Amino acid sequence: MVVDALGMVVSASAFGLVYGLAARQGGLSIVEMLAMSVFVLAGAAQFAAIGLIAQGVPWLAILLLTALLNARHLLYSAALAPWLAGRRRLLRAAMAHVLTDEAFGLALPLFQRLGRADVPGYWLAASLIVLPWMAMNVVGYVGGQGIPDPGRLGLDVVFPAAMAGLAVGLVTGRRELTAAVVGAAVAVGVGVTLVPAVGIVAGGLLGPLAGLLVPARAAGDAGAAAAGSADHPSPHGDDPQVGLAG
Amino acid sequence: MSLDLVALALLMGAVTYPSRALPILAPGIERLPPRALEYLRLVGPGVLAALAAVSVLVVREGDAAPTLHIGIEFAAVLAGIAVVRWRRNVFLGIAVAVIAVALVRAIAPA
Repeated sequence: MVVDALGMVVSASAFGLVYGLAARQGGLSIVEMLAMSVFVLAGAAQFAAIGLIAQGVPWLAILLLTALLNARHLLYSAALAPWLAGRRRLLRAAMAHVLTDEAFGLALPLFQRLGRADVPGYWLAASLIVLPWMAMNVVGYVGGQGIPDPGRLGLDVVFPAAMAGLAVGLVTGRRELTAAVVGAAVAVGVGVTLVPAVGIVAGGLLGPLAGLLVPARAAGDAGAAAAGSADHPSPHGDDPQVGLAG
Repeated sequence: MSLDLVALALLMGAVTYPSRALPILAPGIERLPPRALEYLRLVGPGVLAALAAVSVLVVREGDAAPTLHIGIEFAAVLAGIAVVRWRRNVFLGIAVAVIAVALVRAIAPA
């Protein structure tokens, strides 16, 4: 997980930097910028909000768009829920707040590799995203003008490359491959036709459905098909021999 | 220093949190039928691939309608995927994608 996390740190840092710069240009104070990162902690929604605030869009519209943009977190939360069942409610409530794209992308493969939920590993993954994100918010806000265009450095592909790489790590059989390919295709089709945020949710909902239609024959699928297998959540399985770095 | 938008940030957090928390806090989710649990297991690859694909292939400029964009970014992400598949290393895949895009843009600026 630590090596994978390096990529996520780069991703969070690069976007955090650009967000800080955008927030300053959008007229936010440094406290307002950090408040967004603390309370919302969702880059796409934060970027969108800056643009909408600058255009004088009413708060209600900004809130509706935020809810739409962040609806994908429902899927992340639902995917992690079986692993975390049985943990204290307060702990789960706290874990939910730091459930970002990157934290999900790091935590789910970790849980699947271990065959159980790893709460310290989850917090480590979340910290590796949240802390660089906020630190680079400040760097971007304070000294962003001196930074070369991130696009010239190719930093705009860090996020999609990171998400694609994490998806590849989760593909262990034909079902997962089908879920990923159909999810991507549906997301692009719907995203171009309607709006990108709706595309992501549609792809995230329909991709797994397509995956379920594939007979479980390959090794990765066979294990998953059997209830109680290593691929299924085992909330009370605490194997002390399995480490965090996986 | 302005603090006016702190309230908006709080409200944005308030509309975001339920989508993050409701399924995790829902009681009895571990007792779902195996088919439903298998669906949830497939959400990971499905939604991450969806997120990556939209980020690299769907472009939206301001208020204009979204458009399909197939460029060096897509090719670079595909190269990154191949590297991740080959070396089992996400960081290396990201590095390959970033370097490819930076090189192409340096050689042939848009």
